[in-house]
Amino acid sequence: MANLEKTASEQNSNISTKKQRSLWQEAWRRFKKNKLAMAGMGFIMFLIVIAIGTIIVDLVTNKSFYDAYVIKLDLRNRLEPPSSAHIFGLDEFGRDMFLRMIWAIRYSLFMGTIAIVISTIVGGVLGAVAGFYGKLTDNVIMRFMDILLAIPSMLLAIAIVAAMGTSITNVLIAIAISYVPTFARTVRASVLTIKDQEFIEAARAVGASDTRIIFKYIIPNSLAPIIVQATLGVAGAILSIAGLSFLGLGIQPPTPEWGAMLSNARTYIRDAWHITVIPGMGIMLTILAINVVGDGLRDALDPRLKS
Amino acid sequence: MTDAKNEILRVEGLKKYFGSSGAVLHAVDDVNFSINEGATLGVVGESGCGKSTMGRTILRLHEPTEGKVFFKGENIVDYDKKQMKALRKEMQIIFQDPFASLNPRMSISETIIEPLIIQGVYDKKDKAGLQKRVRELMDLVGLAERLINTYPHELDGGRRQRIGIARALALNPKFIVCDEPVSALDVSIQAQILNLMQDLQDELGLTYMFITHDLSVVKHFANDIAVMYLGQLVEKAPAELLFKNPLHPYTKALLSAIPVPDPDYKMERILLQGEITSPINPEPGCRFAKRCPLATAECSGQDLVLREVEPEHFVTCRLVQ
Ligand SMILES: Nc1ncnc2c1ncn2[C@@H]1O[C@H](COP(=O)(O)OP(=O)(O)O)[C@@H](O)[C@H]1O
Ligand SMILES: [Mg+2]
Repeated sequence: MANLEKTASEQNSNISTKKQRSLWQEAWRRFKKNKLAMAGMGFIMFLIVIAIGTIIVDLVTNKSFYDAYVIKLDLRNRLEPPSSAHIFGLDEFGRDMFLRMIWAIRYSLFMGTIAIVISTIVGGVLGAVAGFYGKLTDNVIMRFMDILLAIPSMLLAIAIVAAMGTSITNVLIAIAISYVPTFARTVRASVLTIKDQEFIEAARAVGASDTRIIFKYIIPNSLAPIIVQATLGVAGAILSIAGLSFLGLGIQPPTPEWGAMLSNARTYIRDAWHITVIPGMGIMLTILAINVVGDGLRDALDPRLKS
Repeated sequence: MTDAKNEILRVEGLKKYFGSSGAVLHAVDDVNFSINEGATLGVVGESGCGKSTMGRTILRLHEPTEGKVFFKGENIVDYDKKQMKALRKEMQIIFQDPFASLNPRMSISETIIEPLIIQGVYDKKDKAGLQKRVRELMDLVGLAERLINTYPHELDGGRRQRIGIARALALNPKFIVCDEPVSALDVSIQAQILNLMQDLQDELGLTYMFITHDLSVVKHFANDIAVMYLGQLVEKAPAELLFKNPLHPYTKALLSAIPVPDPDYKMERILLQGEITSPINPEPGCRFAKRCPLATAECSGQDLVLREVEPEHFVTCRLVQ
């Protein structure tokens, strides 16, 4: 029976070697198969392209287009419903709704993304340190996070903006801070489950350093839940920005922002449906698209799910 | 006793306690043994008795609470970080769960390359050298070359365990702790992996500490067998002798649980009764006493050590003459 293992060992010839394909490529292949997620991604891409277009227009015309069309008042034609000249109609000051809608994308999408990138990095590092080193470090960091978490994030953001004043930077900081505890928790939880796995012990057994273990073992394995969480977080941040603006604490008029547009329009909801419905739809569709992408990523990034 | 010249590993008074102040869990409690170069020591005991903890403490993946571990005559408990890193080339471990022990984000080749790069055996840029070594190791453990870029989740348990073995062998170690390497595998694959490990031992002159909860796995494999109960060794003897003449009541019970492929054999299975002594702050005395059919009042009160009752046969039980 000594060569049982030899007979069981596989024939090396005539079966082609699998191409070297990273797990990220595999994940992308799985993601592409999810039609809903691809549609969501398409929509977000579309928004990004338009937002970049408006930024280019601002840069090229040195804001003269913005001044002449986006924030230009035309009180005689206020609340005009959608027509071929103005496909989204005019708002309560007679401004073109379509231009305002697309000029507003940058505040929702880019500010939401930047805020989440900041809180992912800050929360991620705090959570990773807490989970990896444990004990006192863990306690100090996580109790502080608990305090932040005990205050509803919207309330926290309102408090920060109220204290520091309403500027785009302050809104960004407020939203970033309010999302830090969520990311710290997510990352800490995945670090805790990963650091006790045997493959970490196997790495120690061959002499791997702490740094190597963190960067080659713990981070790659906790990246998937963080990416999913961050994607969903962007949707939340967009809502927060819209919410702050709705309350008058976010982007200030006449700068177009979906939440602020919704807020200003609500008085006229009986006379002109379009000026509330359109920004509302904008917020809803964007958040729906991001959530669908987040769900798609969750399924695609799990290496154990085969397809 | 063992020939000291051949001895590769000696463990003296090894203890590993978990927890502090109040509830201290005695996972490994004063263990002594040695293994000769090229031999296999089977460590047998029921789940939770401290086998894995002992294996990891010997490799200093856990820091021992007390005791000495001599590897090639040097007490490695005193080694600093740098010495330990160098020593890791010589002592390795194979894990029980071939899924949990492989990084799901690393392909086979990346997994096997890891130790070579960490220990600086090859330069990271020496792609050709690394590839050659990976193929060599894959061939050694019977993995087809075409699997080189696959990931653990694409492979079955047997192949995953082969990767674990290849990783352990990458640094040409002398001594390997095998922590129940076949327990998580299908019975049909267990035999293949055991045979592979035996062939590797012959070919490479490896020394094994083979941990298992199943005596029949090490019966034909181990030179010596040590029986562990709640953190302590209760009997140790050459494999054949242990099967022929088990002395400790716990060993007898373990042996009676192995099915015998003979319909005429009248099996007298010893069923253990009574509660299991807690490993948390245990009282001095025989830890098996509460479940032992032969125990008397004198079995408690005083800690027991392994005594040589016949040549090379050690047992703690005070009822054995
Ligand atoms: N890191 C740890 N912290 C606390 N207790 C532990 C730890 N590792 C193991 N133990 C305890 O030590 C005892 C022995 O465990 P283990 O060595 O895994 O046993 P075995 O491998 O024989 O099944 C068990 O009671 C277990 O709960
Ligand atoms: Mg174990």
